[in-house]
Amino acid sequence: MSMESYPQSRLSIFLESDLYYRFRTSRITVSAAIVTALILLAALLAPWIAPHTPFDVTTLSLWDSELPPVWVEGGDPRFVLGTDNQGRDVLSAILYGSRISLFVGFVSVAFAMVIGIVIGLISGYFGGAIDAFFMRIADVMLSFPTILVALLVSGIARGALPREMHDSAALVVLVFAITITTWVQYARTVRSSTMVERSREYVYAAQLVGRQPFAILFSHILPNVMGPVLVIATINLAMAILIEATLSFLGVGMPPTNPSLGTLIRVGNEYLFSGVWWVVIFPSLTLVVLVLAVNLLGDWLRDALNPKLR
Amino acid sequence: MIAFVLRRLIQSVLVMLAVALIAFTMFRFVGDPVNSMLPENASSEQRTQLSEQLGLDRPVIVQFARFVTGAVQGDFGISYRNKRPVAEMIAERLPATLELVLAAAVFALSLGVPMGIYTALHPKGVISNLLQTVSLIGISVPTFVTGILLILVFSVWLNWLPSFGRGDTVQLGWWSTGFLTWTGLKSLVLPAVMLGLFQITLIMRLVRAEMMEVLRSDFVRFARARGLTNGAVHFGHALGNTLMPVITIVGLQLGSMIAFAIITETVFQWPGMGLLFIQAVSFADIPVMSAYLVMVALMFVAINMIVDLLYFAIDPRMSASA
Amino acid sequence: MTLAYVPQTLLSVRDLSICFDTRYGPLRAVDGITFDLAPGEILGMVGESGAGKSLTGAAITGLLERPGRIDRGEIHFEGQRIDTLGKDEMRRLRGRKIGAIFQDPLTSLNPLMTVGQQLIQTIRTHLPLNRDAARTRAIDLLMEVGIPAPDARVDQYPHEFSGGMRQRVVIALALCANPALVIADEPTTALDVSIQSQILELLRKMCRDHGAAVILVTHDMGVIAETADRVAVMYSGRIVEIGSVEKVFKDPRHPYTAGLMQSIPRIGSNAHRLAQIEGAMPRLTALPDGCAFNLRCPRAMDICYRQKPKSQALGDGQVACHLFQEELA
Repeated sequence: MSMESYPQSRLSIFLESDLYYRFRTSRITVSAAIVTALILLAALLAPWIAPHTPFDVTTLSLWDSELPPVWVEGGDPRFVLGTDNQGRDVLSAILYGSRISLFVGFVSVAFAMVIGIVIGLISGYFGGAIDAFFMRIADVMLSFPTILVALLVSGIARGALPREMHDSAALVVLVFAITITTWVQYARTVRSSTMVERSREYVYAAQLVGRQPFAILFSHILPNVMGPVLVIATINLAMAILIEATLSFLGVGMPPTNPSLGTLIRVGNEYLFSGVWWVVIFPSLTLVVLVLAVNLLGDWLRDALNPKLR
Repeated sequence: MIAFVLRRLIQSVLVMLAVALIAFTMFRFVGDPVNSMLPENASSEQRTQLSEQLGLDRPVIVQFARFVTGAVQGDFGISYRNKRPVAEMIAERLPATLELVLAAAVFALSLGVPMGIYTALHPKGVISNLLQTVSLIGISVPTFVTGILLILVFSVWLNWLPSFGRGDTVQLGWWSTGFLTWTGLKSLVLPAVMLGLFQITLIMRLVRAEMMEVLRSDFVRFARARGLTNGAVHFGHALGNTLMPVITIVGLQLGSMIAFAIITETVFQWPGMGLLFIQAVSFADIPVMSAYLVMVALMFVAINMIVDLLYFAIDPRMSASA
Repeated sequence: MTLAYVPQTLLSVRDLSICFDTRYGPLRAVDGITFDLAPGEILGMVGESGAGKSLTGAAITGLLERPGRIDRGEIHFEGQRIDTLGKDEMRRLRGRKIGAIFQDPLTSLNPLMTVGQQLIQTIRTHLPLNRDAARTRAIDLLMEVGIPAPDARVDQYPHEFSGGMRQRVVIALALCANPALVIADEPTTALDVSIQSQILELLRKMCRDHGAAVILVTHDMGVIAETADRVAVMYSGRIVEIGSVEKVFKDPRHPYTAGLMQSIPRIGSNAHRLAQIEGAMPRLTALPDGCAFNLRCPRAMDICYRQKPKSQALGDGQVACHLFQEELA
């Protein structure tokens, strides 16, 4: 059987690769990908597909409060998943909430990745005192659990901002806090790759010719290191979503006026004992499914890219 | 050996100083201590008086020194919110958190390690796959959701276990323990399970990965080639080598459990340091936050040190080369 | 030391084939090898990396790991068929009747147990000795393999031994239950050249003293020349030539063997370039039709591209090459 037929297009190289093979033969991974895509889509289109706008106070009516889901007795087909104690539609709240959760997740991962890669490149390339400085910071940060650092950053931000701004700045503070806690892993991976490449001959050769070695490093190292970086990114995405949800649940994340899934869970938790279970359960389910899907995708990526398992 | 210990001690002190620096910076420069401690209509003489009292007019280095010496003696200032000495507040709540973490750790280890070993030895079995799936779901479910579910099932529906507070405690010196009373123990169950559940999945995956790696190693192959029984190979040779790196990670996990206790304490209204910290964060009560930071750092550093020493003592390769 | 009566052939391998199940289909890594081993005989298995030597050893000891599996063939040991034995029976055979030595002595020993503990455990698994008797035996073994001050060193950890010493311990471990067959897979490759011949000499001596036959797997012809009685040359999963070391070295029949002999550098020769066999062993996914050596063979004929050569008896050995086949199709 012959597998070499040159030249091959990039697409066919990908389609024949181990990576893709493991993807399409794993039903779980494919399901996970579909679910993630669905949730992403729903969240993106929230303003258009949500049946209500739960945070526009003028559309709310207390008559509609605490309605159970439509399949339970007393339910109302206008509010498929029920309402909370202020009459807000749970389904719409989930759609908007997922939007925020995903936004914070993706943006903080993107920022952390960029910052981490840049610091890693600089640290690995220049070495010496600069490297020591960054790596010290990284060590200290890694020795603390992420949730703690995120809480601290959040708390400091609140202390620094006047009280009135807490709610409106919550999004920015959250993204900032999560970015700060997660850049380290990227930096380390990129740094070690950079250090390996820096001593290679082509860098020296480029220096002789007068090219900027930094530019070369950039164009050579990045492709090499994107594999592990992507794996870290998927793990971090799940983690970022969880951290945001946790912070919001604890009351120091998104406020109830612009809630993420975590805030919704917290709000719902407060009247759990009075038997209103749907306000807590549905956002929780959504969150769990989302994180699970992302984790499964991350597992697939990790297994497929792991040279030891080939 | 002594050199090693000394080196680690010095490292620990340096880390603590660094943390103290961060805590101090927070303490002094975030927000305005004077404004936060006095009521709105305080006179300007009161402000200057307080300012001098806090030493805010001295050079920053001196302030830092004061902060450190104060911290070492256990003086962390006054809480903005409660107007009580922070040290007192923390001391009150420390036992609650530590007992919770201990219970959770014991729970997590006694379930996680055996499960990890089992899934490593039977990687394709039905139970293994089940446990694996459950563990994957386990790390995807946020801890607070687990807590809420536990409360829903065991407190609301079954009404077996209490869902908030610590129950009755017994005072032993300055330490208040919940281990000695029935209500104390009952109240401990759900929070400990919640805190430990997350760790179980982690420990199980860790033990499994380590053990599978060890089972592939040359000396295990050689042991099999010598005809040693499965029991001897798995438990005699493989397990020892598996548990060594696991110890380090578990030690580190203890630290992270102390941090995750924040969430558990919030869900169950458990009167520990974590709950105190969260309340401090929402109110921007900086002295409490910085004191918590220093305390937690101290515990981490201590745990790291103990783990390193333990490794040193157990691994014959290390003590020989010292 | 008495030798129990064993039939003349200790080990008999017939048409053994080992396959790997991959997503591209089954790949045949070992293709129908056949050989015999007499008691006390040292058989060298030589060939390039990937020729299938280690896999053969693994199949004999029953340690072939998935996705590899025995596809065809039979293995008989001491008159009994062993490739179909259950796991437990195979385990009892290992160590007691069939011993194994691997390449890297550092990773072959458990770093957390003393050398003595590992020896005693192995001894007591196979022989009905109590702790003290086992310990005595362990110390005796250490002395036999040339470890000085064995009664002190028996309680030391592997990292306290040098590389050569460790391999001696490994040899002691493999022979402690007096197996009749030892499979040594590259036992000296990871050692310093200066120690290699010491270890080989020790291996020869121990096996002679304990009456064990050896299958010595290596890619180093020098090791074969020094230590083995007979040699089997493997290429691409098949045995291309097998015979006594003297005959094969002096007068190699198969073109591959001839090429190997020529490529050994000789001091004092006037050659400007080292002789090489052009090309490389084909990958398992791209095996050519006919003889696997046909693309590199200087004496290839038409039939070599169409038909695989069968192994033919020639003198007191065997050759698998169309040059020596009686019938030409």
